[in-house]
Amino acid sequence: MTIPSNAISFHDKQIALAHGAGGEASRRLIEGLIRPAFSNPILDGLNDSAVFAAPAGRLAMTSDSYVVRPLQFPGGSIGELAIHGTVNDLAMAGARPFGLTSTLILEAGLDTAILRREITAMADAARRIGVPILGGDTKVVEHGKADGLYISTTGLGIVDPRANLNVARIQEGDKILLSGPIGNHGIAILLARTELEIEADIRSDTRPLTPLVIALLDALGEGLKWLRDATRGGVASALNELARDLNTFISIREEAIPIDDPVRGACELLGLDPLHVANEGQFVAVVRAADAEAALKALRSTPGGQRACLVGEIESGQFGRVLARSSYGGTRVVEMLIGDPLPRIC
Amino acid sequence: MHYVDEFREPKLIRKAVEEIHSIARGLRHVRIMEVCGGHTHSIFRFGLKDLLPGNIELIHGPGCPVCVLPSGRLDEGLSLANDPHVIFTAFGDMMRVPGSKGSPLECQARGADVRIVYSPLDALKVAQQNPDRQVVFFAIGFETTAPSTALTVLRARQLQIPNFAVYSNHVTIAPAIRAILDSPDLQLDAFIGPGHVSTVIGCEPYEFIARDYGCPVAVSGFEPLDLLQSLVLVLRQLRTGTATVENQYGRAVTQTGNPAALKVLSEVFEVRPTFEWRGLGSIPGSAFRLQAEFAPWDAEQTMPIERVSVEDPITAPCGDVLRGFLKPPQCPLFGKSCNPEHPIGALMVSSEGACAAHFKYVPRELSDVPMGLVQ
Repeated sequence: MTIPSNAISFHDKQIALAHGAGGEASRRLIEGLIRPAFSNPILDGLNDSAVFAAPAGRLAMTSDSYVVRPLQFPGGSIGELAIHGTVNDLAMAGARPFGLTSTLILEAGLDTAILRREITAMADAARRIGVPILGGDTKVVEHGKADGLYISTTGLGIVDPRANLNVARIQEGDKILLSGPIGNHGIAILLARTELEIEADIRSDTRPLTPLVIALLDALGEGLKWLRDATRGGVASALNELARDLNTFISIREEAIPIDDPVRGACELLGLDPLHVANEGQFVAVVRAADAEAALKALRSTPGGQRACLVGEIESGQFGRVLARSSYGGTRVVEMLIGDPLPRIC
Repeated sequence: MHYVDEFREPKLIRKAVEEIHSIARGLRHVRIMEVCGGHTHSIFRFGLKDLLPGNIELIHGPGCPVCVLPSGRLDEGLSLANDPHVIFTAFGDMMRVPGSKGSPLECQARGADVRIVYSPLDALKVAQQNPDRQVVFFAIGFETTAPSTALTVLRARQLQIPNFAVYSNHVTIAPAIRAILDSPDLQLDAFIGPGHVSTVIGCEPYEFIARDYGCPVAVSGFEPLDLLQSLVLVLRQLRTGTATVENQYGRAVTQTGNPAALKVLSEVFEVRPTFEWRGLGSIPGSAFRLQAEFAPWDAEQTMPIERVSVEDPITAPCGDVLRGFLKPPQCPLFGKSCNPEHPIGALMVSSEGACAAHFKYVPRELSDVPMGLVQ
């Protein structure tokens, strides 16, 4: 359908409770800012639900929410995080994104320039990936109750027919791959909070992971057994979850894990373990041992995958633990993240 | 990466390990205490214990300023946080330490204004930015952090900032080591001397350990190679029957310490007659308080602190672990009712706590996992 020629424009300077009340102000916000930014045939109708024919095949669905502070940081902002994060959850199921919805919780008093920037960031990220935003909701809460802006999403994806991702298929000897350097996102956020007077050129690694996952499916098919993105809690938490599910040891070689020098320096200074720092553009994969070489080759020849590496393997054991072995023979346990050293990271 | 990679270099580490094995062959069972909690963590984080021969036993010392603080002191400080007028500030390490009415983070969740600062100067900034609130800085640490607290108090006086107060829990390391050496149920042969506190106080304060108790000391850095080299130094001394204080951490520590830091300490602080330590009891001359002229910035003088005397739970032998008498896994609560998410004592949550190090890095159930040098 075409948008009527007496289209509303949105010039309000700041968000007020009225913008969430469902009346004139709400209409201005949705029709003047949100619809033009996200425009697609399904969204444009502004109906209570998005209606579409069910796509064929197995479907994947995910929900996600974003409360990151500050809203904007080196390498990205909350809007991009929301789109990439949702798409990545789908990618970890071997799915290409079909459509998203997004809920915005706005704080009364929010400068609309900031909202406009984030809506644009979401629209641009979604457009680059080729996924439509099919619907959403907008609420406004009193000043002081939302820290600017919270975003919550739901994503629907179509699982690639070659994907057979199942923890039950993992065996002793399977190899663990990491898509690239860790720690960039969490440290970028921490430094952007400017509570610390540390300067470093560290940027969030937020990006869509779908192309890397498709590359693995192209090269390995069923040889790809398991995927998990290393977001909150970092690589350590992702692998600990796996170890507990499998009830076996997982070993990693610490020296094999790529970490950019400034990130390593910041972690050393702050007493943070990079394995526990959140990422927004990295994942771990478990592949059949015989396919590890081909997997690395596929990742490394895909844009963004050049620093993919082999970091560990599944060992036998009677309980679920992640062990890090150093090249000089020392072994230590890598625990799940305890507490919250870096709150509001994504 | 400078000062990190060189001290984690595998070939050098293997060499140091070989030398340790070689010297240790000529020794009976030796008990070496690493005083500093940071060293305990390094030892576990880098899996160094697995590399040592069986006749070398490492004993964890009380060098964790958070762990040795009786929970009554934390309760007293936190009682101030319940006043909505007060902003309670402390290092991040304090945030999960359990007081009898909850940790600082739990108080924050209940509505108290509790904030993490990375430096006492940040706490002073909070006071400047919030002139209508009272900021309390819960000061903790050995002589390592006391100079920065002292500098901050001097700055507060210089700028005449009225709404900033320090609640001082600074303690000194040498009296604690003496208390350990005087303890009848602990036999120690040598010490790995603390690293960071020595950058301030130098190596001379440890001379009494060698002179009066005949124990060799090596002041050590925190990287794997530092600790292994320090072990080589004390083991050599034990072989030859000498007892002196050696400085392995020469890149950061000098013989006489940091004169500017020591000066500012003596300007601002005085030594308390006595101070209560968890596990070590009352130790004379072991803690700092602000001198009288700084009373306007001394929370103990200016603020209504509810004096509390809290007995540490009888069932929790935190004191025995702090003294090195018990190893963390020997505590009946370790890993069961006491774990990092539900800690009974500070040793389980402090970044320098021996129990935290054990829990974090050493597999509890493992007895047959291949550890140690890959052949």
